[in-house]
Order: sequence, then structure tokens, then C-alpha cells
Amino acid sequence: MSAAAAYDCVVVGGGHNGLVCATYLARAGRSVLVLEAAPSLGGAAITREFAPGFRVSACAHLLHLMPPALMRELQLERHGLAWAAREVGTLALDPSGSPLHLAQGTLTELSSGAPAPDSAAFQEWRALLRRFTAALHPVLNQTPPRLGTGAWRDRGALLSLALRIRRLGRTDLRELLRIGGICIHDVLEERFASPLLKGALALDAVLGTNYGPRSPGTVLSLLYRSAAGAGAERLALPRGGMGSLTQALAEAARAAGVRLRTDATVERILVHEDRVQAVTLAGGETVRARAVISSADPKTTLLQLLGSEHLDAGFTRRVAQLRTRGLAGKLHLALDGLPVFRGVPASCLRDRLLLAPSADYIERAYNHTKYREYSAAPMMEVTVPSVADPSLAPSGQHVLSAIVQYLPYEVAGGWEEQRPRLLQTLLSTLAAYAPDLPQRVRAAELLAPPDIEREFRIGGGHWHHAELALDQFFLVRPVPGATQYRAPVAGLYLCGAGCHPGGGVMGLAGRNAAREVLREAA
Amino acid sequence: MLTESAPHYRQPLLKTPFHERAREWSQLDSFVPWSGYSTVDVFTSVEQEYFAIRNASSLYDLTPMVKYRICGTDALRFLNRLVTRDLSKLGPGKVAYVVWCDDAGQLIDDGTVFCIGAQEYRLCTGERQLDWLRASAIGFAVEIQEITEDIAALAVQGPTSCALLLRAGLTGIERLRPFEHGEFTLTRAGREPMSLMVSRTGFTGDLGYELWLRPADAEPVWDVLLEEGSPRAVRPVGSRALNMARIEAGFLLPNVDFISAAHTLYVGTERSPLELGLGWLVDFGKGHFTGRRALLAEQERGPRRQLVGLDVDGNKPAHNALLYSDRSARREVGSVSSATWSPTCKRNLALAMVEAAYVSVGSTVWAEIYLNRELTWQRRVVRARVVERPFFAPARRRSTPPALY
Amino acid sequence: MSSTGRSRYDAIVIGAGHNGLVNACYLARAGLQVLVLERNTFVGGAAVSRKLYDGFTYSNCSYVCSLLRTEIIRALELPRFGLQIIPYEGGCTLMRNGEHLAIYDNHDALRREIARHSRHDAEAYERYVRDMLRHCRFIKPLLMREPPDPTSFRPRDIRELLFLARHFHGLGEARMYDTLRFYTMSCADMLEEYFESEIVKAHLAGSSIIGTALGPRSPGSAYVLLHHYMGSIDGAVGAWGFARGGMGAITQALASSLQASGGEIRTGAPVEEVRVQSGRATGVVLESGEEITARVVVSNLDVKRTFLKTVAAAHLPPEFLDRVRKFKIRGSSGKLNIALDGLPQFPAIPQGSPATRGDMHITDTLEMVERAYDDWKEGRWSSAPYVDMLIPTQIDPTMTPDGKHYMSVFVQYCPYQLADGDWTAAKREAFGATVIDAIARHSPDFKELILHAEIRTPREIEAEVGLTEGNIFQGELTFDQLLFNRPLPGYAQYRAPVRGMYMCGSSTHPGGGVMGAPGANAAAAILRDLGRT
Repeated sequence: MSAAAAYDCVVVGGGHNGLVCATYLARAGRSVLVLEAAPSLGGAAITREFAPGFRVSACAHLLHLMPPALMRELQLERHGLAWAAREVGTLALDPSGSPLHLAQGTLTELSSGAPAPDSAAFQEWRALLRRFTAALHPVLNQTPPRLGTGAWRDRGALLSLALRIRRLGRTDLRELLRIGGICIHDVLEERFASPLLKGALALDAVLGTNYGPRSPGTVLSLLYRSAAGAGAERLALPRGGMGSLTQALAEAARAAGVRLRTDATVERILVHEDRVQAVTLAGGETVRARAVISSADPKTTLLQLLGSEHLDAGFTRRVAQLRTRGLAGKLHLALDGLPVFRGVPASCLRDRLLLAPSADYIERAYNHTKYREYSAAPMMEVTVPSVADPSLAPSGQHVLSAIVQYLPYEVAGGWEEQRPRLLQTLLSTLAAYAPDLPQRVRAAELLAPPDIEREFRIGGGHWHHAELALDQFFLVRPVPGATQYRAPVAGLYLCGAGCHPGGGVMGLAGRNAAREVLREAA
Repeated sequence: MLTESAPHYRQPLLKTPFHERAREWSQLDSFVPWSGYSTVDVFTSVEQEYFAIRNASSLYDLTPMVKYRICGTDALRFLNRLVTRDLSKLGPGKVAYVVWCDDAGQLIDDGTVFCIGAQEYRLCTGERQLDWLRASAIGFAVEIQEITEDIAALAVQGPTSCALLLRAGLTGIERLRPFEHGEFTLTRAGREPMSLMVSRTGFTGDLGYELWLRPADAEPVWDVLLEEGSPRAVRPVGSRALNMARIEAGFLLPNVDFISAAHTLYVGTERSPLELGLGWLVDFGKGHFTGRRALLAEQERGPRRQLVGLDVDGNKPAHNALLYSDRSARREVGSVSSATWSPTCKRNLALAMVEAAYVSVGSTVWAEIYLNRELTWQRRVVRARVVERPFFAPARRRSTPPALY
Repeated sequence: MSSTGRSRYDAIVIGAGHNGLVNACYLARAGLQVLVLERNTFVGGAAVSRKLYDGFTYSNCSYVCSLLRTEIIRALELPRFGLQIIPYEGGCTLMRNGEHLAIYDNHDALRREIARHSRHDAEAYERYVRDMLRHCRFIKPLLMREPPDPTSFRPRDIRELLFLARHFHGLGEARMYDTLRFYTMSCADMLEEYFESEIVKAHLAGSSIIGTALGPRSPGSAYVLLHHYMGSIDGAVGAWGFARGGMGAITQALASSLQASGGEIRTGAPVEEVRVQSGRATGVVLESGEEITARVVVSNLDVKRTFLKTVAAAHLPPEFLDRVRKFKIRGSSGKLNIALDGLPQFPAIPQGSPATRGDMHITDTLEMVERAYDDWKEGRWSSAPYVDMLIPTQIDPTMTPDGKHYMSVFVQYCPYQLADGDWTAAKREAFGATVIDAIARHSPDFKELILHAEIRTPREIEAEVGLTEGNIFQGELTFDQLLFNRPLPGYAQYRAPVRGMYMCGSSTHPGGGVMGAPGANAAAAILRDLGRT
């Protein structure tokens, strides 16, 4: 073993969680090295060119889950983060051309600016969500308690969670108990009339999950999404795309004294006497470390980098059974001009456009993935970031970035064959809302889950690393035996999206993990 | 080549390749299920069969032992992560007794591992383990194949077993040491030579061998051994006689002395190897194995209870007896899992799980025994002393070459 | 049925379903004067044996028995009053390729049968059974207990919550996590953690969707499967059986038990309204206008029917009513009851196999079951439905003339409301034909043997039994409607928000499946309130 420099902490992966974790560790006085396999930092929060002159946030394309407090603590704006748009609104598009505009607490008809019929119900719903998420928000910042330990820390955490929820008051608590486990479809049916609105609200509940609006647990996934923003749906576009966020994170890390290395693929985590000792890189170099913190997905970290020989068989089976296949894909279009979406003034194209005209539409799109198909009418979350950020495309031209659901990881016929067909499907889906869009397309890129897996090194291509489902949530995330950011081998930690509270460019898994690492004696 | 006369929904139990012979020898027609096979409980008389084991030679059909072929480049790494013992020094031709645990360090099963070659092993167990073996194989380049039905197995146990096998023509068998195995050939006029794998292993604690053969050779091998052994009182034995011998030898029986952690429903009924007195099989220094962290923690804590051997006053076997700290039976401190009167040791033996305070040799506990005196039931609380195990360990079981009687 | 015709009782139970009768039995045995009022001209609710075709007895609603709690059978001496439960002898799923998976009672036969499809699954099945039994052990002590109200600070609630917490904690770390995961998982995800063979998964998945508006891929469906596993027959956990003489034998025995302890039953006596005076239930008014007063009124009806149709809204808190309206009680099941001229042939099943002497299914992949659910979501009956068909007359000779057979066919999914308009007689026939055709694909002589078929969509079930939307569990068994959430958070303790009024139907904890526990638990609550314990 070539005894290269030893670090207190080696962080595997230079995505946003890895960088956040590294920064907090370095600020606490640890010597920290981040090893990133790709030529550049950023993980799934990067901006890259996909056609000459056209750049796009290649995976995540909106920032909305990262808590403002975290960004302040890391002084991201001082480290170069600037905003192209801070309060991105949402337009629920309707093929007939009368979109709804959803903003902070208001719901209006875009054409007239008048409150939509469901407006009052919408405000009531938002208010309820705010109350719930105020109670749940602290959970995201906390290490989930471990069950059955008898440790005061765990008991205290459970108790304080119970008390916080209890403080909602009887009426809200009963409502939370009632809807906490049910599907978003039922709640929307109870509260709203407009299919378009129901589609838009359902989309947020299922985006990035492996479920449709009728799947129980989707109210919780919406609460989770809302809890990150403490109830406020604040969507933002960093100037220069998501890559500039991770650049700022990298700057913050450097400023804290973290050493960052790219083109450094970790191949193995070495263990000696049941304790992490070092990592080896492709090329054979060994880096010694007291602690290794991996932001890679749990399966990759535990089964490939560490290896099951260091783990118990039952635990290994749990890890292997972790559901990690993503259902979300990504569409990038280079456009020679701004397309005209029916009923949407050009100035509104800085908003997020939802192509999900009803909850049933989403459910039908979801149905196909159960059978390794994709829908002829997929659900899309579309942004045209170049409207607010002209730097992304040549002058006068535009980029369109869309999250596409639902795309099965394994599709009948294989993705090589299906990718061009799906692209046509997506273009004709978009054309129903923006008829001139297809002829404006100069270049297109479509990433199915296996492409996301390959490019971003996320096993299964799921942007949460592991399905965000009730049985892989909070106390049991990612798997029993590896909760609290600790792997069973001493000195090995997890800090990626596969951990509580999940992915979506939130950064909290990284911060929570750092806190756990620091609990151990240096 | 299995005798399968009726479909499984009519006849759920399989028949071993020795079944027809066993039926001929069975005077009581007493068959019991074992791992999906129908096997003999008693042929003629438990006592006579027992003495065949301790005095002459016995044949015991152990075909139902579940066998797995484990091979591949990671076969050794896989096995070393599966079992608590270090197998890295187990070379070809060697056998090891092993146990394996779940993540919580609780015993799943015991068995024997045969090293066949550099990347090939055979695992023999009492119960089917494919589910656990598959879970254990995640991340290892290893192939696991159940071969139970492809191999017939016959135990030849007793002080004259070596002589018997020599007489049958297994030349060189006398050189086989305990926990070794080798390939032998049995030739008979008018037959293709029959190749056997023989291991010097057994469940009797006596001199003995186990024969592993092709099912097609089962009946001829049986016939040869009974023919050659007839002047020396060889006889087939059933499970009940074997049970007496294995208690004398201090061996554990799954589902009797412990319940596999793969089957327990109640909380806290699992048993760890440390509790079962199998700590000598646990090698904390060999690297990681499933259950290691839990067992290490348990060792630091000290096991709460332990399996011990008891010598019980009187001659009534203490089957299922509750054990107390005192004669007035006020405080329960354990219970008996196996019990027998030992005709060889002339002692009333038992295996029991007792609290940690009562595990050292010489400790006394009190056993609650119910006596059936012509349907008049009487309760007795009798003294039981913790004694060394095995209760019976003759020198012949280890000597190589064995004395030829 | 007998009645003394008095006009004042200690307790009136609305509805003579099994839970209403169980409840009445316990109250009567505690010395109360009890009257059970039944709208139909016969008792039994959804546990009935009915002669709807010449010489044939149909269990025309619920059709098999397992969950009925042994504690109740013993306490109410039901065997003395004629109840006999006989276990299945087998079961199977018939496959589209002419193969089958059989379920046998004998452990080794079953192992070898599963091994025909996958040797691994034959062994994984043991781990599956172990885990299901562990979950059963966990839930069993909770069934016959009033759930605590987590929103309350009353000492009893805190005590019961602590009991729950301790009971859970007693599982130890690993099993606590297993339990948490199990209760939130989808049946498909759960089964995929054990099995590789589609047919094994498809066979087991059936129990996760029966009576439920979920598919096997919907989170929470694993629990529904457990709900069908937690019963037992003579200590054999998970075993199912037939009530000799049809399911009506259960309610007949209950009725006899009730009458033997002095309780009264009036059939053909539909209740119009529960009388409430100054916030207290004082009795009921029948549709005939007759008034009967009682200290306590207990409703065996589902929570929607009880509070939206038999209690005036003015007496109920608006927040409560709102949640009652939102209570999930969707109809998703249909039923065919078929009189057969002989025993139909199922060529896939080998001669001499007992695989037909229990539940038979025809959906052979999880995908097929899930697609059947997709149809329901779209407001159609499943074009390739999941069926749970049984021919109890192979075992029970009392239900049909010699040589003839009765087949009960439970069908999942069948919506209460069709997307293309209301149910009509023609659509009902078409639904029946879909099911019969699906069965006939596995049985060449099946159609010829049909003498009579009663086809029941959720509409018929609602109309006859009174179950809202024809939901057989009086409310879905999803985790948001279990334990202290059943029927509604804050109202899970059998007590209505009107003093002196109680709920005892399957809408309450621990739910449906002819278990009787809601009736018994409600009786315990009533007796405690009356100071009778």
C-alpha cells in the first residue's frame, strides 16, 4: 500500500451532498479530501453543453428544496451563487390554451388574472400544508432516531417529534393522521374541482417518486417536498444553471480548507479489523482516512466499494433489495427561437410549465411503467431557463429542459430502440401545447433512467438514489442497519440522497451526515 | 434415481435409495419424516440398535442430510463469511464442523463442510438453506447447487466399523483420520466398480465413517456391508438409537436443543453459538463473518445462559424438565432440551440451557421430573450436577489407524 | 323472529350482521335487555346462507371463514348452537399455459409443489410464512382491544398508547423495522423480497386486493394480505375454512346464542332514524313509525350509513361529518353464486390432487392482477378479473342436492360506479359473462353445468346488505383507516359523538372479514361506560 497522505475524512463523490458534508467537516477542523470520479464537480447538479452553444442543467433543473438557512450558513452567494430567477411561478398548461397560474398562495386564470374557481380551496390547502410542514420541517434537519437502542438521544428525538406533531392541535392532528398515509388523488378529489389544478398539484406529489397519484403515500411525498421549503414552494433558477450552485458549494468547500480532486474514481473502500482504513482509486493509488463518507448511492457504496464480505448476509440482502430504479427522464431541446405555448405570453415562459392536465392523466402515464412501457401521453415538468438566463443559449435562441415521467428503467424493446420513438412522442406531446415547437428544435437530448445512471453514476438512475416510498423513508432510510448515516463498518458513513431526507438538491443529507461524523471522537 | 411411486400430493415424503432395503429390515414399520424423506425411527429395538453403535457396527441412512455443492473463485471467501469458523486452512480432503448465524449472531444451523478442491466445497446440513445461502452469496462469485437427491449417504458407525469397511474392500480406510475424507472404490464380481467418498465423521462420538455414493449404488453397498458384517452383529439403526448416542457424545440436535433463528416466531427464543457452548467454533480473528459484530458484543457482555451437560440423579430421563435453583423449586433457572439414560456410561444424562450462574462444572440445579407409575403420576425434584461434555468420548474415535476388532 | 314487543330496552343494536349479533350477545350475557333490529326479513347481514335456487344453499355474500375470533366462538358458545368450521384441503392458481400452482396442507407436498416452479421459492416460502406469522403474533393482542386515541391525554389513552409502544418495542430492533416496513409496503414489493417465480407471487398477491380498491403495487396492500392471514382454525394460523351449511351458520349460531341469553331480534324492522335528545341517543324510530327507546343505541351499519343516513346531521359535529363523508369505502368487488349440475373439470389439476378443494384462482402474474386494478380505476370491471372461486360442496354435503355443486366466485375488481353510466341489468349480465368466460377458459364443461347464476355487483351488495358502495369491509383496510384511525382519527373507540350511541360494525377496529372483533370490542366499551365490568 503506497501510504499517501492521510486525511481525517475522505468524501466519496463531489455532488452537492458530498460538498456540503465536506465543508461542514472542514469547518469543524477536520482535514478533508473530496474524490470525484467525473472531470468536474457537481454530481447530478451540473450545467453542461448538450449541443454547440446550448447549455442546460443536465439532471436537476430547478432549485427549491435546499433550505435558505443552509445556503446562508455556507455563504453560497459570497462564493459566487447568483440567481437568474428567484420566484419561479408555476403554470398548469391546458391543451385548449387556458392555463392556471399557481404562485405563492394565489391561484389565477392566466388569461384574465382573475382568481380561479378553486382559489379559496387552494389557499386553504396551502395554509394546511404550511401548518403541517412547519411541524415536519425540523425532521429533515435531524438524524432519524434509531429504534430499540434505549439511548436517550434516540428516545428524545422520537419524543420531541411526537410532541411537535401533537402540538398541531387536535383538528390538524386528526387531519394529518387521516391524510398522512393516503394518496394525493383522494385529497384532491375532496378539495378541488378543476382537473387542471388537480393535475398540477398531483405532479408535485409524484415528481421523482415511483408512484402515481392514486398510490397511497403520495400525500406524504408532497408534504416532504413542501417541508423542505417550510411550506413555501420557492422555485429558483441559479444563474448559469444548477452547475453554478455546485460551483459555489465547491468554492465554499475550498474556502473551508477542503481538498477537491476530480478524475479520481474510488474503486474500493479498504477495511482493517472492522474499521475503515483507506480508499483505493482507479489507477491503484491508496488514500488513508480515519473516516470515509460516501455520497454515492447506498448500493454502490456498500455492495461495490465496500463489498458484502464486510457485511452481514441479512443486511446485504436488505441493501440488495433496496428499490433504486428511477422513473424520471430528462429532455433537453435546443430551440432556434422561443416557441409559442397556447395562452402563455412569452414573458411567462420563465415560469415552470406543467404538462399534466389532470391527475388521471398522470395516473395513466404511470400505469404503463408497471409493465415496462412508457405512456404515449407522458407527464412533463418543463422549464425554458434561457428566458431568465440568456447565457445558456446563443443569442435569441433557447434551451428547453423537461423532466419526463414515467420512464421505466427497463423498457420493452430496450432504450436504444425506444429512445428515438419516445423523443417523437415527447415532441408531439409538446406540440399539443406549443404547435410551433417541433420545427424550432435544432438539437435534442433524451436521458432515460439508464442514461442518468451512466452519466451521474447513480445505480438505477433514481435522483433520490433510493425510491422515496414509505417503507424506505425516515426511520428506515436507506435500510435498517445503515440508518443515522452510519454503515455497519466503523468509520464508514453515508451522506447521499439515499439517506434521510433524500435527494432533490437539498443538501441536508450531507449536513446531517457531517454532524454524525463529528459526533465520533476525532 | 429416486423411487417415486406416487406424485407429491399423494405421497409428500420422498424415499431414500435405501428405502426398499430399510423396509426389508424394519420389523416395526416405524418410519418418520426427516427433511422431506421418510426414514426409519426404529428397526427392531432401540436398545439393540444402540448397542450396535457402541459395541459393533451400525448402518444409518443419512441421505436426507441436505447437501450443497459450492464452487467458484469466491467459494472459500463465501464460506468464510458464512460460517463462524476459519476455513482458510481447510485443504482438500478435510472436513470441518461448522455453524452459521444470522446478523444478530443467532444460530441458524450447523453442518459439515467438505473441501473437495481448491474452488469446490460441499456443505451438509440438517435443513434446507438455499434461501440463506443465496442471501449470503450476494457479492460473491460462487455457484450453489443443491445435490441432496444426487447423493445417497450412509453412516457406518461403531468400534468395528473400520474393520467392516476393510473387509468390504475399502483398502486404506484405516489411514483416514478424523475429519478427513477420501475416494474409495468398492468392487464386486459382476458389477461396475462403485466409487464412494468416505469421510471419518459421524454423529455418534464413536469410531465411524460416513459414505457418500451414487444413489444407484445404494442397494449394492448396503448389501455388501450387511453381508460382510453379519458375523460381527452389524445392523441398521434408526433415529432413536442414534439420538441416545449423540446425547452421550454431547452433540446438539436442531429443533431439539435449539431452534434455528430462521424459524423462530417468539422474541428471544433464538440461541447464539456462545450460549450453546459452541464458542470454540467462533473465530473472531479471521475477518468478518455474518453475526460477528453481534457475537463480539455478546462476548463482551457475557452470555446470559448456556447449554450444559447434566448428570441427573435417579434413572428417569429428565425429558423437558424445568430446572430450579433449589430443591423446593421456587426459582426457575433453565430447562432440559435432550435427555437419555446412558447404557454405556450408566448415567442419567441431559443437555440443558441454564442461567449463567449455573454453567460451571460442579454446579447443582434441581430438575422437576414427572414419573408415570402405572398411570399414577408423581412429581419429583431431583438433583442434577453440571458435568463435562462429551459424556462419552472413547479413545477409539480418534486413534488412527483404529484398532481392528 | 321472537320479540316481546316491549318498547324500552337497555340496548338496541341496528343491524343483525355478525358484528351486531356478536355485540348483542355480549351485552345480553352481561344482563342487558337487548333488541336487535334487522331491515331484511332474515338475519346475517353479509354472513348468510340463502336458498336462491331450487335445493341449493348459497353463501351469497361472504363465503369463507378464518378470521372469526376463537375467543368469541368460545365465549358465545357458538359450537353449542350449531357452528362447525371445516378447513380447506387445498387451493390453486390455474395458469394460462395449462400449468398450475397448487397449495397443499402437507408441508412437504407444498414444498415440492412450489419447487416445481422454483426451488428457491420453495425455501423462501418458509421465510415468508415465518415473517407472516411474526406479523400475526404482533397484531393478535391488538385485535380485541380498544385502540387508544393519540390525540387525547386521558389516562386510559396514555396507558393504551404506552401499551402499544411497549408491545412494539418488545419486538426488538430488527423486527421493529420489519414491522414498520411491512405495514407501509406494497404487496408486490413485499413478495419480491421473497420470491422469483411469477406464479407464486400471483397466487399470494390475491389476498392483498380482496375487497380493496388497491392493486398489488399500491403501498399498504401488504397489510391487506396480512389481514387475510391473521385468522386461524384450531390453532392453524392462516388457515381458511367453510362454515358447515354456509356462512349463515355463523349468524344463525349467533342468533341462537343471543336468544338463549334472553336477547331479542326483530327482522323486517328497518330503522328510520336514531332518536337524539339533548345530545344523547334515546332510541330509534322504525320506518313503520314505531318508536323504541333504549339507554344505548349501537349501530352495526357502516360509518357512512350510520351517520349520513340514520342520525340527523344537526346532532353531529360538522368536522366529524366532513370526515365521515371522506371515509374511504369504495366498492371494488363483485360476486357470482352459481348452481352447478355437477363438478366441473379443471384439466390443469391432476387427478387425485386436492387442489380444487379450496380457493382457486386464475390470475397467474402480478401484472395480470395489477391490470385488473387499472380497469377498476378507469371505472370498468376487470376484463381479466382476479377471482377467488370455491366449490364448498366438495366438502360440505349440506348445501346442495346429491351430485350437484355450488360455486362461490368472488370477483375483483368491479366498480360501484361505471365510467360509462349507471349499472343496468344488461351490464350486470355482461359482467357475469366476463367472469364465466374467464373461468370457462380453464374448465371446458363449466358453462354446460351452470343451472343458475346470481350475479352481484357492488350495487346489489349495497342494496341487499346495506354496505355502502358494496364495500365488503365497511371501509378500506389501508393504513390511514386502521387501528386508531378506524373509522376516523379521534373516533376509533366505538363511541359516536352522540352520548349513548356506539358503532360496532367492520368500519371500526380491527375491520372486516367476518371477524366479530368490532362487535365484541364495542360491547366491552359499552359495558365499561355502563359500569358493568
